[in-house]
Amino acid sequence: MRRLLILFWLGLAALPAAAAVEVLATVPEWGALARELGGDRVRVFTATTALQDPHRIDARPSLLARARLARLVVANGAELETGWLPVVLRESGNASIQPGRDGYFEAAALVQRLDVPHRVDRAQGDVHAAGNPHVHLDPRNVLKVAGGLGERLARIDPDNAAFYQARLAAFTSRWQAAMARWEKAAAPLRGVPVVVHHQSFAYLSRWLGMEELGALEPKPGVEPSSGQLAALLQRQRERPARMVLRTAYQQAAASEWFAGRAGIPAVLLPFTVGGSSAAGDLFGLFDDSIERLLQALR
Amino acid sequence: MFRKPMALAVLAALSGAAGAADDAELAAIRSQIAELKKSYEQRIAALEDKLAQTRAAAAAPAGPAPAAPTVAAASAFNPEVSLILQGQYKSMKNIAERGVTGFWPAAGHDHEEGGIKGISRRGFSVEHTELMLGANIDPYWRGQATLAVADGEVEVEEAWFQSLGIGHGIGLKGGRFRSGIGYLNEQHAHAWDFADAPLMYAALFGEHASYAQDGLQLKWLAPTPMLVEFGAEFGRGANFPGTDRNKNGAGAAAFHVHLGDDVGTASSWRAGLSYLRTRAREREAEVHDANDVHGDALFTGRSRTWIADFVWKWSPDGNPKYRNLKLQGEYFDRRENGDIACTSAEAGAACSGALDRYRSSQSGWYAQAVYQFTPNWRAGVRYDRLNSGSTRIGAAAQAEIGDENAIFHKYRPSRGTLMVDYSWSEFSRLRLQYARDKSMAGIADNQFTVQYIMSLGAHGAHKF
Repeated sequence: MRRLLILFWLGLAALPAAAAVEVLATVPEWGALARELGGDRVRVFTATTALQDPHRIDARPSLLARARLARLVVANGAELETGWLPVVLRESGNASIQPGRDGYFEAAALVQRLDVPHRVDRAQGDVHAAGNPHVHLDPRNVLKVAGGLGERLARIDPDNAAFYQARLAAFTSRWQAAMARWEKAAAPLRGVPVVVHHQSFAYLSRWLGMEELGALEPKPGVEPSSGQLAALLQRQRERPARMVLRTAYQQAAASEWFAGRAGIPAVLLPFTVGGSSAAGDLFGLFDDSIERLLQALR
Repeated sequence: MFRKPMALAVLAALSGAAGAADDAELAAIRSQIAELKKSYEQRIAALEDKLAQTRAAAAAPAGPAPAAPTVAAASAFNPEVSLILQGQYKSMKNIAERGVTGFWPAAGHDHEEGGIKGISRRGFSVEHTELMLGANIDPYWRGQATLAVADGEVEVEEAWFQSLGIGHGIGLKGGRFRSGIGYLNEQHAHAWDFADAPLMYAALFGEHASYAQDGLQLKWLAPTPMLVEFGAEFGRGANFPGTDRNKNGAGAAAFHVHLGDDVGTASSWRAGLSYLRTRAREREAEVHDANDVHGDALFTGRSRTWIADFVWKWSPDGNPKYRNLKLQGEYFDRRENGDIACTSAEAGAACSGALDRYRSSQSGWYAQAVYQFTPNWRAGVRYDRLNSGSTRIGAAAQAEIGDENAIFHKYRPSRGTLMVDYSWSEFSRLRLQYARDKSMAGIADNQFTVQYIMSLGAHGAHKF
């Protein structure tokens, strides 16, 4: 018993002394970015996986514990995490990660958001007053966020500032090269009409020039009924989409049904890091997404 | 509303009469209409843009290019406001004075005509309307108030400030707040999974089914990868099982420990142990004494409650949107000891007001499971059981009070509840509930409840 206690206190003492910066990332894409930029100087805990709907997460006890330990919270923002992050931050007893402090970083704040509603009314479903929050599927946004996050890491952990700056520079040049590659490969997708399950891909569509004809969800966050899907099918006859897109965390039934009736492929896109076996990091995420889209076009 | 389908039906009938050959023509017309519509829409959009630009130019002639849109500056500092609408239809037996047999009534003496307020209301009723206001006060504090509005009264359910800037895992809360003891205690009624609170909470804390403190709460989170949280509270202690005692110092103290973690990605849990210590002075309960004369039993002494709680949540891959399961259970043990007296102002009463010994040891538990099987539907089952345990009253007081009072009977109240609810969204819910309630000796009450819960405005995050 006594030995256990000693171990416990030693463990407590060792925790803050550990060199790595504890990072709590709310979603896998920003967790992956923190890993890219922080290397072995950060220890990243990601609150959600690619199989979880980031709108619907419980304020789990483990998240409280991680928020308590964190020196940096990397959130997506634009109201994506309103269902759980505010309460986790408040209850964490951690002053340095409160919004407005250096320990709180919000990715979506750094980019121009699409679909900002002119009128915020819940009759429109789960609308976000700050616009569509799923900003990461435009790699140009990822680059902007990387710039901000690299700078933030350097500010939080000034001893390693040069390290983060070097990693950011290396990431930026690799990313720009990859972007050129992706844009070239994805050229056939320009102008391709698609239907989406939820407005998860607005930024991807805009970047690649795909035309989103509509969503299966009648209102954001509301699952479609069979009647509503049938109405969509009617529209499909007038203006045919080439494929139906959904994320790894959305149920397959609606898009499979629609795709089957319309005779077009239902495409599962990884949506974020970990959403498919090939999407092991941010580069893999875009490689795999574009590959799957092209596959569906063939 | 019905015009469109009707027009379509007429169109369909006409086209049917004209023959199938017209299908191509119809499609052509459709596409023409669609094109017409599109061009109009484009023109309108262009005009709207122009209008907006002119307006913007007029408002800010030398303004810079608009940045990323944000909330209007004036409303950015407004507190989050949310309003809960809650009401129900309830069908059950007509029992004038509802209570839990074998347990001291938390409502004491003040019940309105037709029974204890809120508990025995049959038919349609609107439960109190809950108004919540909350905001960060400055970088160091956050404040929140919950007001319960009912006919002719506004009750301050909660009104507290909370620290944001202390750090080191320390959280300080002050004001009136729901105590951190137990699991359900901190949750407001709109967050409950059933239309009513577990029997155990009703027996422990009365009508609100929650213990609220006027005082201070200090919490500390250990810097560990799993949740380890310690909390201590000191408060006025005016609420049942204590009473207001007009004294300096703390009238009630509560302590809790919470542990919690994930198991894989699919499950997470929290377990807690809590202790509440308070005192009562002349806590009232209505009795009919040995001569069957109306009187009051008064308890003065110490009340100590232990609560153990456990919650387990599961969902496939940890994605609760489509399917999830929540298991929850709590157990309590309450011991009270002190003095009891029985008083009556009426003639011929056996009650003399003399003090005698009182000692009770009671316990109870509930367990429940709620399964969400589609994004909109949930079903749940709950079982409640209490044990009136042993209540020892001194011989002299026993002789005065007599043996006929339900609150001193030995009994094991129980209740089984089934629930199914439908949620259009996270903001609206309709619930159907059936309960077989045996909380009163000799009565098996079949209770049907239809309840709605609607939340307006900024509805923030709930705790686990």
